[in-house]
Amino acid sequence: MTTRREWLLAAAGGWLAGLTGRGGLARAAASGTDVDPLATLPGKRPLIRHAFRPPNYETPLADLVPAFTRNDAFFVRYHLAVIPVVDPRTWRLQVGGPGARQPLVLSLPELKRGYPRVSLAAVNQCSGNRRGLFTPRVPGVQWGNGAMGNAEWRGVRLRDVLAKAGVGADAVEVAFNGADAPVLPATPDFLKSIPIERALDENTLIAFEMNGAPLPHWNGAPARLVVPGWTGTYWVKHLTEIRIETQPFQGFWMKSAYRIPTGVFPGARFLTQETPENTPITEMLVNSLITSHVPGARLARGAPAALAGKAWDGGSGIAAVEISTDGRRTWREATLGRDLGRFAWREFRLPVDTSSAGTREFAVRARGGNGAQQPDALIPNPGGYHDNIVQTLTLEVL
Amino acid sequence: MRRALALAAAGGALVAGAALAVGQGAAGQGGEESIVLKAAPGYDITAARCAICHSLDYIPANAPAMNRAGWDKTIQKMRKAYGAPITDEEAQQILEYLAGSYSGKS
Repeated sequence: MTTRREWLLAAAGGWLAGLTGRGGLARAAASGTDVDPLATLPGKRPLIRHAFRPPNYETPLADLVPAFTRNDAFFVRYHLAVIPVVDPRTWRLQVGGPGARQPLVLSLPELKRGYPRVSLAAVNQCSGNRRGLFTPRVPGVQWGNGAMGNAEWRGVRLRDVLAKAGVGADAVEVAFNGADAPVLPATPDFLKSIPIERALDENTLIAFEMNGAPLPHWNGAPARLVVPGWTGTYWVKHLTEIRIETQPFQGFWMKSAYRIPTGVFPGARFLTQETPENTPITEMLVNSLITSHVPGARLARGAPAALAGKAWDGGSGIAAVEISTDGRRTWREATLGRDLGRFAWREFRLPVDTSSAGTREFAVRARGGNGAQQPDALIPNPGGYHDNIVQTLTLEVL
Repeated sequence: MRRALALAAAGGALVAGAALAVGQGAAGQGGEESIVLKAAPGYDITAARCAICHSLDYIPANAPAMNRAGWDKTIQKMRKAYGAPITDEEAQQILEYLAGSYSGKS
């Protein structure tokens, strides 16, 4: 630990030296940024760049059209800028903590061969997806609609690994660390926890594959946590350590970040982390996105056309997607596509009447199997989370 | 791998350690030299301190959500929650720069 600390200090000092030597990393100019936002990270197709370092890249709308989001188009989100390229041959996963009776250390082959392998399709959506669409605006990465994607995750059940380590009766949460680290030792490392019940859920995975290929570096190689139905903040990348906790985990990223007002939003409660004021964000709320058209797109009169997109929720599954063309007075049910599983998104489609020229305004709302429906109004919250309001979009038939 | 890295960094000069950190820790995160911020008093200290931990595109990206109070809160968060090495005097200079050049919230 000491050597690592020294290295980080040296690194930080180096950054400072480099900055003064080169007069800073940025040039001062009279105007604003002229950075091209569509940019390529190594191994990725062009994505919408929100930040170079730590890297935050959003998936463009066109790449949200396929049922499964390509690995090289999947969004990238980091909090901390020290992101080592993990060597899968030397990688080890430590499983322990005060609630573990027999702590263990696993290599990647041991993880892959030691437990039944399972696959599961699930949406991974950043808690802050659509923050940039908030009114009034909220600080943070100004994501549009693309801090999300759907993939088939393959790995082993977390509960099988935990069982090997022996879960004590007094376990309350399971905490996770990844290989990514802060530049400064004073910055809290990115550690997250989930309730013990969620950790023991059969659908919570330690995944090492995504859409049939090893996890891309930027999406958590060689192994990441998959918590289907819960927002991406819990899907810890580059997993290195799993701790069975007997007390509520106290880390900054649980206690002070990713929190929503208590009792305001629907979704699973994380009681061991809840206070009267606020509580951790947990499940994704029912939501939908039109992927077939951008706002203002033009359609040829008389040509067949359809409005299509994706709908998803926190794991109850999509029951219906309804579309209104008369200012939300009446609604028609869209046709749903193939059911890829309750944690995946569901495609929807509805033909558009192009028989006459004019403006068409659409409103789309999804309903989950649990009865929850997308609301009309945004619920303001300081983190800019849970924007799942009914989407409207206007098309022009010419 | 990390242990080897740490030893190499400790054995080398500070600059060598920095090169290693950029090469490894920030692998593939290059290109931020292209970011252009507004020229105004306080730019140098703002760029120097903020870029220790993150690229400077976070500043214009957040401008629409920011005013003087918002920037003040953010600077204090960076110091207290994330441990950014910023003195009181520097914080004041950074606040003047950000509030003056990147307050886009109406």
